[in-house]
Amino acid sequence: MELIKPGVNIDFIGRRKIGYIISIVLIAAAILTLIVNKGPNFGIDFAGGTIVQVRFDGAVELDAVRAGIAEAGLEGVSLQTFGAEDQNEFLIRTQAVLDTGDAFARDLTAELAAATGAEAEIRRVEMVGPQVGETLREGALFALFYALLFITIYISGRFEMKWMVSGITAGILIGGVVFLSRLQVSIPLLILAAILITLVLFWQLRLRFAMGASVALIHDVTITVGIFTMLGKEFSLPIIAALLTIIGYSLNDTIIVFDRIRENIRRYSTRLLEKNINNSINETLNRTVLTSSTTLLVLLALLFLGGDIIHDFALTLIIGVIIGTYSSIFVASPMLLLLQGTMPLEEEGEGLEDEPVESGTEAAAR
Amino acid sequence: MKWLSWRILLIIAVIIPAVVYVLPTFKPTMWPYNQINLGLDLQGGMHLSLDVQTEKAVESTMERTRSDLRGRLRAERIRSVEVSDDNTHELAFRLINPDDLTGFRNLVERNHSELRILSEDEQNGEIIVRLGLTDDTARDVQRQAVRQALETIRNRIDEFGVAEPDIRVEGDRRIQVQLPGVTDTDRAKELIGRTAMLEFKLVDDEHSLQRALDGNVPEGSEILYGSAEGEEGRQPFLVRERTILSGAYLDNARVQIDQQYNEPYVLIDFNREGARIFEQVTAENVRNRLAIVLDDRVYSAPVIQERIAGGTARITGNFSTQEARDLAIVLRAGALPAPVDIIEERTVGPSLGQDSIRQGLFSMLVGGILVLTFMVIYYRAAGMIANLALVLNILLIAAGLAAFQATLTLPGIAGIILTIGIAVDANVIIFERVREELRLGRKVASAIEAGFNRATLTIMDANVTTLIAAVVLFQFGTGPVRGFAVTLSLGVLASMFTALVVCRQVMETVYVSRRMKTISI
Repeated sequence: MELIKPGVNIDFIGRRKIGYIISIVLIAAAILTLIVNKGPNFGIDFAGGTIVQVRFDGAVELDAVRAGIAEAGLEGVSLQTFGAEDQNEFLIRTQAVLDTGDAFARDLTAELAAATGAEAEIRRVEMVGPQVGETLREGALFALFYALLFITIYISGRFEMKWMVSGITAGILIGGVVFLSRLQVSIPLLILAAILITLVLFWQLRLRFAMGASVALIHDVTITVGIFTMLGKEFSLPIIAALLTIIGYSLNDTIIVFDRIRENIRRYSTRLLEKNINNSINETLNRTVLTSSTTLLVLLALLFLGGDIIHDFALTLIIGVIIGTYSSIFVASPMLLLLQGTMPLEEEGEGLEDEPVESGTEAAAR
Repeated sequence: MKWLSWRILLIIAVIIPAVVYVLPTFKPTMWPYNQINLGLDLQGGMHLSLDVQTEKAVESTMERTRSDLRGRLRAERIRSVEVSDDNTHELAFRLINPDDLTGFRNLVERNHSELRILSEDEQNGEIIVRLGLTDDTARDVQRQAVRQALETIRNRIDEFGVAEPDIRVEGDRRIQVQLPGVTDTDRAKELIGRTAMLEFKLVDDEHSLQRALDGNVPEGSEILYGSAEGEEGRQPFLVRERTILSGAYLDNARVQIDQQYNEPYVLIDFNREGARIFEQVTAENVRNRLAIVLDDRVYSAPVIQERIAGGTARITGNFSTQEARDLAIVLRAGALPAPVDIIEERTVGPSLGQDSIRQGLFSMLVGGILVLTFMVIYYRAAGMIANLALVLNILLIAAGLAAFQATLTLPGIAGIILTIGIAVDANVIIFERVREELRLGRKVASAIEAGFNRATLTIMDANVTTLIAAVVLFQFGTGPVRGFAVTLSLGVLASMFTALVVCRQVMETVYVSRRMKTISI
């Protein structure tokens, strides 16, 4: 069976402008959402606060639950139902860091049972103090940054044989970020700056594969974060894990296409770059679609059957996989052209003659 | 052929240990290998992060130093008045006679290497000297406090009886406690978080309690409140600040039942030195009251009837049997060197853990079957081979979890599910290549050969990036998220192995060595 017939030749590169427009609109929408929303919605992992998940052994009135909570002395809390309707399960949440010591669970279950007339069971308590939230927030940002950085080093090393250059670049960037973060510089700004510097450096050093890959990654993460925020979802630790996985996954897709582009450039060195890139996308299209489908298949199973705790995690991955697949076709590969276009034609020819040397080193490495 | 047998050996060398590691999880009695560890989110339990208030340890060191220094100043006849202020990290003395400054300096240098002089100001012919702990000392005290707190908490938990607790220092001053399977979380938190500072102090009956309550607390005394909350609030006591005896002199603590009132109390035994001090103090203070103070609450203040030898004392206070037992535990384990704050708590009840396991496994099953079906429809016979690899993949992840004693968490299960989706990728890349080679008119054998050869590097490249993301995640992540990083990395490694080694071997055995002319792919 074949989803996509062999020899298919869709003119992706010719229509790359459409892709650019879609991407720019999506990114703009994502950034706008984040601005309007004043940043992403941080869950208690990052903002600090308390969540208590309670289940009753019979149907209860929402108001009675509220009364019980008030009776237990918890103030400024929001109450929402959790999971399926017939589960009688609720989520009590507050931005405040409740003192969960000293008979907290005992008192709360007793008051809830007294107010509702049904036995209450505390199934989950999560309390994160503000200082922990801050640590976790910084850790998450650093993790995203380092993942991006290491992956781009790997790409520029593997695809352009510039291990030294990219290694030194990365070393300086890491050193700078670590040094400045000691000086109490705002970390989100710092990392934003580091990413911009990385992109400018890649541009200057003409590391086109690394450039294409990192633009695609930033594209994927920004849009996923934007959509996630648009849906009113909260960021928690597992969501960061999902974002990192998207970075890995989206790159996976990109690399498969890049690999083919490199192979085709070497084999058909006289062909126009546009043609080589477009052929490569088409040749790997079947794989791209197939792998994304199987991944989406299992993620959908997780989304619908995995339970409420894992629900948002699966949702993030689904958004990310779709965006990541799109970006490896419409963003990462055309980016190669964008950089190529800045070089004069003669230089471009020279660049192509370099390729056999490159494959020689690679053969030795193999 | 030599190459071929090498690969078969490798497959055997991987699969047999994998089976050996996995089996005990499903049949624990099989052999004494470890089962797969379940994270707190799956088996239920409590995770706590405690912040050790190390500055309090510094303060109490300061307090001890202050009384030492005062004693020495008296002994050396340096006339001075202590200037009291709110700054608990500094000491200040006013020297009545400026000529004493050199003597003061020498005294500090000789006996108090932990102190340094911050400033010497002259004011109206008198000199005010400010002192603080040296940075090294302060750092040592803080480090020591965290280490001691860890040790104390570990002792308490050991006595509390939790299977496989995990207690470790995290960063400079945090302690992380993981208690799997704990259901009475309130009690566990009380046990862990209680400072349990036991002190014996004499009650100050010379001064009026009422006047002290009005704000005239006499020098050297303080107001403490009782442990029991009556109708009029807690009962106040005026006690001497000086601690006569503390929990540090304790040898043992156990629960006894009062025969008369049938009420439990905690009987404490002092060690030899403690017993000696106790005997001396009680002898000197007959008819006075002695307050038994625990964490700044007066539990009782009995009148000393006579000299008490033998070195035992009892703490009463309307305890339930369990409260008394817990108090005995914390007293035996010793006081925390500084109070701790719970700054993070994550508790999962056992029923929620069960639900998570059930839902996780169910979605894994459904997702797996969907993918297996898809692969067979799409690649027919070759799809079957890919499916074999997929099943093997899950076996290898499970074996990896058991072998490395990694922890399986809910996101970890999600990681396995995700891996099922991603794992077929390697096979898809290979099969698509083989199809391409076949379309170019190659024979089956050479198409398989070329397909694998060309796909190998691509697969490596593609998987390294996911591996990088997983390693970063492992570095930064905590608990459940770490579990995800572990299963994701294991999944990536396993899928490379099954696709590049196992699948290749099976395809070569089925198609190449039997010289098949057609291939179902």
